Amino acid sequence: MTIAVAMSGGVDSSTVAAMLKAQGHDLVGLTMQLWNQRRLAGKDGMPEQVQGRCCSIDDVYDARRVAEVLSIPYYVVNHQDRFERDVIRPFVDEYLAGRTPIPCSLCNNHLKFDQLLLTARQIGADQIATGHYARNEYDPARGRWILKRPADAAKDQTYFLFGLTQEQLAHTLFPLGGFTKPEVRALALEFGLLLANKPDSQEICFIPGGDYKRFIDAYLEEQGEALPDTAGELVSVGGQSRGRHDGVHNFTIGQRKGLGLASPSPLYVISIDRDRKQVVVGEEKELLRDSLRARDVNWISIPGLQSELRAQVKIRHRHDPAWATLRRIADDEVEAIFDEPVRAVTPGQAAVFYLDDEVVGGGWIV
Amino acid sequence: MDANATTPLLPEVAEAMRPFLLEQFGNASSIHQEGQLARAAVERARGSVARFLGCRPAEVVFTSGGTESDNLAIFGSAKQGDHVITTAVEHHAVLQAVARLAERGISVDVLPVDRQGVVSGEDVRRALRPDTSLISVMMANNETGALEPVQEIGCIAAEAGVRFHVDAVQAAGKIPISVDSIGCHLLSISGHKMHGPQGVGVLFVRRGTRLEPIFAGGAHERQRRAGTENVAGIVGLGKAAECAIEGEGSVRLAILRDRLEKGLQEYSCAVNGGQALRVPNTSNLQFDAVDGEALVIALDLKGLAVSSGAACSSGASEPSHVLEAMGLTPNQARSSVRFSLHRQTTEEDVDRAIALVAAQVTRVRELSAVVR
Repeated sequence: MTIAVAMSGGVDSSTVAAMLKAQGHDLVGLTMQLWNQRRLAGKDGMPEQVQGRCCSIDDVYDARRVAEVLSIPYYVVNHQDRFERDVIRPFVDEYLAGRTPIPCSLCNNHLKFDQLLLTARQIGADQIATGHYARNEYDPARGRWILKRPADAAKDQTYFLFGLTQEQLAHTLFPLGGFTKPEVRALALEFGLLLANKPDSQEICFIPGGDYKRFIDAYLEEQGEALPDTAGELVSVGGQSRGRHDGVHNFTIGQRKGLGLASPSPLYVISIDRDRKQVVVGEEKELLRDSLRARDVNWISIPGLQSELRAQVKIRHRHDPAWATLRRIADDEVEAIFDEPVRAVTPGQAAVFYLDDEVVGGGWIV
Repeated sequence: MDANATTPLLPEVAEAMRPFLLEQFGNASSIHQEGQLARAAVERARGSVARFLGCRPAEVVFTSGGTESDNLAIFGSAKQGDHVITTAVEHHAVLQAVARLAERGISVDVLPVDRQGVVSGEDVRRALRPDTSLISVMMANNETGALEPVQEIGCIAAEAGVRFHVDAVQAAGKIPISVDSIGCHLLSISGHKMHGPQGVGVLFVRRGTRLEPIFAGGAHERQRRAGTENVAGIVGLGKAAECAIEGEGSVRLAILRDRLEKGLQEYSCAVNGGQALRVPNTSNLQFDAVDGEALVIALDLKGLAVSSGAACSSGASEPSHVLEAMGLTPNQARSSVRFSLHRQTTEEDVDRAIALVAAQVTRVRELSAVVR
């Protein structure tokens, strides 16, 4: 049985390839070409220099070197069209709609565990292995594939994987789930991988420099589309005008900096009303919410929600999950009622439900 | 089966090159004995290439390959105020060179092609302007094998008194080439596409054709291409030209190509450019509802090398500009795979390829959702 390893040229996926090779598996290395960093380089203040980023020639070179050292066949597959359609475009549209998107989850749902898995199976591999920090195992008692938190809590990537279907989980391996990042670096050294000390990637892979506003400007200009005018009023929770803003996409809920308002106590973005082009600002306590609604919910450890379920809910990647009662609204829509109010519920982010180490499911915050 | 990417070196070519790699390492420009031996070998090869193209030895300029030959022809010919005509299905060596001319303010017309990938001579004639200084059209397309009407265009160019460059890289060694019957002023060929070594090519430059060198340096190649001659490579290309197949070999390739197409008829929905006159070795097949890139990888893992589209800098496949210029939809272009045979391809190779492709296409279709 052949396993396709999703290789990014980084330490994690390279170590996965080396581990599986050492275990004697037949491997094929695959790297997805998702975005051409040169497309927007230098436009609208985007950085000219795009070396060392995702999909850069350097990363492909690193991945190719690893494949060569391990003597496994290696290919770069071109999924740029799908990436633009399913990740870039929704990313831009979400911001323009006043929401805060998570491109990594979109990429997992539409590219890594969909298109890449399809490519892998088409070329004769039965499974794909990735360098995600997560665990994945079959529970015969429930007859379901279960996604679990990894050994390294600090590297936990399950939040970004809530969209995986049972079919996808059945064909996916997360060999790093039982290791910590320092252990993985040590393994990389042991396997003689020269990139063992390569730094972790941090920012959004297609936005070198991390300035998403400039990216949106540059992308729309390249597409020949005008940036929609979403400039409008900054208002208080009570509705009084506090000033002007230059577009809803420049704000995210909980944001404190860049409001341009003088105030005795710190002000935060409380909510964004795209239709009225209003950005609501207020004090920190006004960020607290008792509940949220999530749409397009994907269930993992359970087949569906009958009525209610107690679970811990994580509302952003860096968030300590909060206890809540999940209530069914529809098959793929739930309301989460928190025991204690949570800060900055942000539409466009994911709400992921946990019970102990297991991911129950998750959806997009409305 | 990817001969249009590169071909194996013939044993007799390797044999001819061997002394110049191991023993006779003279610089062909040196005045001493070693240099003279190298010079003599280069000139023998020049004679062989001249016979191969039907030109004079002095009209043969050795280069580093097809790309350099195309670049030398284009940049060596066009100057400010000129107008250049080419086609949408040219190799990137021509298209990118012409795009650079356009960036420099030189006027460029890139002519469309028909569904078979063939440009019309009439379109070329209509595109002519008083300031047209160069027409560049390929002889055979690398992706479909389609033959362009270079003789007709040669007549049009002659009538108009316009310089004519032919990129014959994919024709050389597959069909006879005669620079006089084409009536071109410049013609590019490449060693490794015709069982010669990689890294060597030729630009035929008709006597009296003024060409601005693109390299500054020594007076090599009659001041048309500076740089120490790649003696072993040139000797190899000369030998490959001597060995180039004629007549019968060409028919054999066409029979194998037809066998392949017939064998895959029930799996493939179209032969791209199949209605055009073609070089005998190339077959570009469209497999409905199949991702060509995945098919190429699947076949490679089974030991069959074919290709889809062009490789971008990362090594991923880019959709083929040739197929798009022929009016194929992006999905049709993505579903297309090129098979290209060479003189060492056997009937068994073809039958094995048919079996592998049939099995993979069936498998990929079962899993496929490429057209969703």
